[in-house]
Amino acid sequence: MKQLQESIPVAHTRIYALGAARGNQVVSNDDIAGPIDSSDEWIRQRTGVATRNRAAEDQSMMDLAVEASKEAIAKSGVDPSEIGAVILATISFPYQTPSGASLLSELVGAQGAAAYDISAACAGYCYGIAQADALVRSGLCKYVLVVGAEKLSDFISPTDRTISFLLGDGAGAAIVGASDHPGISKTIWGADGSSWDKVGMTGSILDFRDGKTPWPTLTQEGQTVFRWAVWEMSKVAKQALDAAGIEASDLSALVMHQANLRIIDEFAKQMKLPDTVVIAKDIVETGNTSAASVPLAMHRILEEKKVTSGAFALQIGFGAGLTFAAQVVELP
Amino acid sequence: MAHSQQEVLAGLAELVNDETGIAADAVQMEKSFTDDLDIDSISMMTIVVNAEDKFSVKIPDEEVKNLITVGDAVTYITANQD
Repeated sequence: MKQLQESIPVAHTRIYALGAARGNQVVSNDDIAGPIDSSDEWIRQRTGVATRNRAAEDQSMMDLAVEASKEAIAKSGVDPSEIGAVILATISFPYQTPSGASLLSELVGAQGAAAYDISAACAGYCYGIAQADALVRSGLCKYVLVVGAEKLSDFISPTDRTISFLLGDGAGAAIVGASDHPGISKTIWGADGSSWDKVGMTGSILDFRDGKTPWPTLTQEGQTVFRWAVWEMSKVAKQALDAAGIEASDLSALVMHQANLRIIDEFAKQMKLPDTVVIAKDIVETGNTSAASVPLAMHRILEEKKVTSGAFALQIGFGAGLTFAAQVVELP
Repeated sequence: MAHSQQEVLAGLAELVNDETGIAADAVQMEKSFTDDLDIDSISMMTIVVNAEDKFSVKIPDEEVKNLITVGDAVTYITANQD
């Protein structure tokens, strides 16, 4: 009897290159403080956000995704026709179907690649890196394009005091491929469905259609999320370090989901990181861009030469679901 | 070991001081965390988690919003210690 042929695995993977795109408008705290009866000082003190990038009407989530992807592809030197899968992590593509990834594959020259969106909110990009690592190591794909892209400004309320004022628009992209040494550690990931309603939308689109709710926008239970993000997620981050077989002192950078600077600071305290570890703080200027925030923050510390290629970074995404994913990566 | 109300108040005042810099002797039973001490929701949660550790007590998220005054927190912690 004939035996089935399987894809031929490769030993290791790494991120070859990153790309970034930010919304084309800079929105200050003063610009948005009025409707939430707040001030620049109040917002900075409670969130660390000084400005956020938001996309004007003429810039879509897909525009941001394409810009970031093209940079990552160009820097990687990979021929886009060799990309085997396009994974788009987003919560703000305005169509139920088809996927944004399918259109993105066409727009970046990756025609024919497998293409799908993942809905894991702020953990989406790190979920995507986990999948890309598995797809390449299994031999199913030669290269994978992973993109976190959001135009969250389509889903915010100017009067919401829980999350809207933190949010920005942007995209971050990575090309993952084979490596002669380990460049992506085992991902620690999961979801806590018992807290499904702690971050999410104010209503469903069916309720909106039926006139039962205004246009659904993002909302969260801030205190609950803060406790989970700091004290539960720092445990996940420690598990990711253990799984990678390294210590905090082996890290060059911590690149967390850019939810709130207070979360980042308290999280770093819980991790007891040495002073040598660079802590990415892209949120101060870009705001919280959900699935895009981890690659944008990593891209920034690389551009600013705060870290060097080949060093280790712990990246962790966490958010609505509640979903989470953490892995150690070699910086591209 | 269970702590007395006085011990809980003193311990809580220390935690408030660590998190916010507010003088420990300003942390009195009748003071409101938000209106009098100007403690925001994130600092409040940090104090709550640290209080859980310090006093071996569980303070669920839904209980935190009922802790309006320092006295509310002291009473809750004293009554719910392991």
